[in-house]
Amino acid sequence: MNTLIYILSALAVIGLAFWAYNENHKTRQALSEVEALQREIGQLRETRAVLRAEWAYLNRPDRLHDLANLNFETLGLMPLRPAQFGRIDQIAFPIPEAKDDAE
Amino acid sequence: MTRIPLRPLARILSARAKGENPDAIERENTRIRHEEMRDTARQRSEGRLVVLAISFICLFLVVGARMGLVAASEPFEPRAAVSTSRIVNARADIVDRHGRILATNLRTHSLYAQPPIMVDHEGAARALARIFPDLSEERLLSDFTGNRKFVWIKRKLSPEQQQAVRDIGEPGLLFGPREMRLYPNGSLAAHIMGGYGFGREGVQAAEVIGTAGVEKAFDTFLRDTAEQGRPLELSIDLTVQAAVERMLHRGMKLMNAKGAAAILMDVKTGEIVAMASLPDFDPNDRPAPPTAGDQSGSPLFNRAVQGVYELGSTFKIFAAAQAMDIGLVNPRTLVDVNAPLIWGKYKIHEFRDQNFGPALPVHDVIVKSSNVGTSNIALMIGQERQQAFLRGLGFFDPVPVELAEAPYAKPLVPRRWSEINTITASYGHGISASPLHLAAAYATLANGGIKVVPTICKRAGAMNGRICNNALPRDRLLSEAVSADAIGMLRQVVTSGTARLGDVPGYSVAGKTGTADKPRPGGGYHNEKVIANFAGIFPSNAPKYVLVVTLDEPTETSGSSPRRTAGWTAVPVAGEIIRRVAPLLGLWPAIEPPAPNEIILTAN
Repeated sequence: MNTLIYILSALAVIGLAFWAYNENHKTRQALSEVEALQREIGQLRETRAVLRAEWAYLNRPDRLHDLANLNFETLGLMPLRPAQFGRIDQIAFPIPEAKDDAE
Repeated sequence: MTRIPLRPLARILSARAKGENPDAIERENTRIRHEEMRDTARQRSEGRLVVLAISFICLFLVVGARMGLVAASEPFEPRAAVSTSRIVNARADIVDRHGRILATNLRTHSLYAQPPIMVDHEGAARALARIFPDLSEERLLSDFTGNRKFVWIKRKLSPEQQQAVRDIGEPGLLFGPREMRLYPNGSLAAHIMGGYGFGREGVQAAEVIGTAGVEKAFDTFLRDTAEQGRPLELSIDLTVQAAVERMLHRGMKLMNAKGAAAILMDVKTGEIVAMASLPDFDPNDRPAPPTAGDQSGSPLFNRAVQGVYELGSTFKIFAAAQAMDIGLVNPRTLVDVNAPLIWGKYKIHEFRDQNFGPALPVHDVIVKSSNVGTSNIALMIGQERQQAFLRGLGFFDPVPVELAEAPYAKPLVPRRWSEINTITASYGHGISASPLHLAAAYATLANGGIKVVPTICKRAGAMNGRICNNALPRDRLLSEAVSADAIGMLRQVVTSGTARLGDVPGYSVAGKTGTADKPRPGGGYHNEKVIANFAGIFPSNAPKYVLVVTLDEPTETSGSSPRRTAGWTAVPVAGEIIRRVAPLLGLWPAIEPPAPNEIILTAN
């Protein structure tokens, strides 16, 4: 009887040790994954900062103004004028297209 | 424990019977008892000592074990905790009111040399001088061949330059990471941004510090890592600012002015939506301030905030509004306008020695811009009340706006305020203030008489409550009715007075012109050099914005003789700015209600 208890408890200890080792290993793996992700987030943030700066630089008013002037023939962009405000009821309803009696 | 009596009866009786001294028995018993007591006390204290010793040993063991553990184990960061912290920039961004970037950071590299590990000093110096034309080869060579161990070569490098330096292949040329500030919009809002410089420099990093403008005023906030890189939100609107600068620049060239300033301010909140000063500069490459001569000629000089000028007739409305508020006059009260007004040894003339006399209603005094009429109104008010009112409007103190330069731009007021000062101040002479002062005062006028404090921070911004003076205005300086009357007069100035060129259909501009001769450095005034001002409010029926335009030494040359008055110079520029900017601000053009007297006419 005693022998059985000894054997069982020894097995239990081995099992628990194996489980603990496993958990520890998984935790370490998760931590290094988190670290890698953090580093990636940092790099992405830096990239985003550069891209934002570049976006702002490309959208600077001076450049947009010059581009609008250069492409005036195709775009015809002019500064916003007071006369360009309109109300929704000033827009005419679209004329319904003539139905063709295909049925 | 049984207590043994000191004098046991049996032994005493037997001792007595034997003729011995019974006291000896007592003494012996006392001795035995004392010995017992001594033994128990010793045992107890021995036990205590043992307990104490054991606990001390345990304590030392624990401390020793911990020390051993700390000394023997590998140091590592608690990695699981890092996930909550963010990787932040060294300096926060600055954005406009819609979140568009005005200033941000860029990672670059600095270049330095360590001559002791260099291989080819002459070759490196020659190659560097070829890459950077602003460096001299001789200077570099003397730096490299001298006994210096460390030489800074460039603080900021572009990626192309860095590659070119790498291509030299010199092991003694080294790069250090460096954050630099980038203003992607170039010279846009340059005076508001200010500029930056490097503080303490190391090889691995350098402090970026603000040197002017908001960069300096908010330096601590921008550098605070506890803010986690939250951007600084300004009240500036990038689009409007660009439009104002463009129109102002065009106007300045057209009017042959040597400088110009414009301020657009929200009358309810005091937020500065756009503020421009020309000539300007590029904050990415901020020029050094002039070491000699007049600071006001430098492009670094912010005319809108730092330039204190006599603002001329734009002041007249303050005298009229105050007199109406006290109840001395109403818009129709007749005022003596017999020119010239003689006061002691001084003579007050009208513009071009006109005479509007003998009397005009207050309304027309403003519309016709009569110096004499305003002077008489000011004399009715009296110097103390006038001074208190102007102080209330903020003309005696620097504007409390959040710019590094603002506290140093103190208005010039006469040291002793005599009656002649009262007279001249009423039409804007003898008292100098910045265009920003004027904008704040007009905003107060347009805000129903409640004092407006200018700010460069977006109100209700994410964090601005802590770092900006964000209290909404409360102090009332004028009654609402007086404010409406005053705006009515200013509207008339634009429809039928000196500012007719500033009328923008649909936006009902109200405003006042001001032309002041420039003071000569030695005293007295220039004849041909003026400061032309226009202070406008739009739309006049429900004021939303105040626009102040100042031109320095303008000359309008389209006519037969050059014209310099504000009505011909500052006003058309202001009109163009409003025409361009009002739609951008989302203001709808409105059909103005006809003036009341026209209705009476139709009724007849």
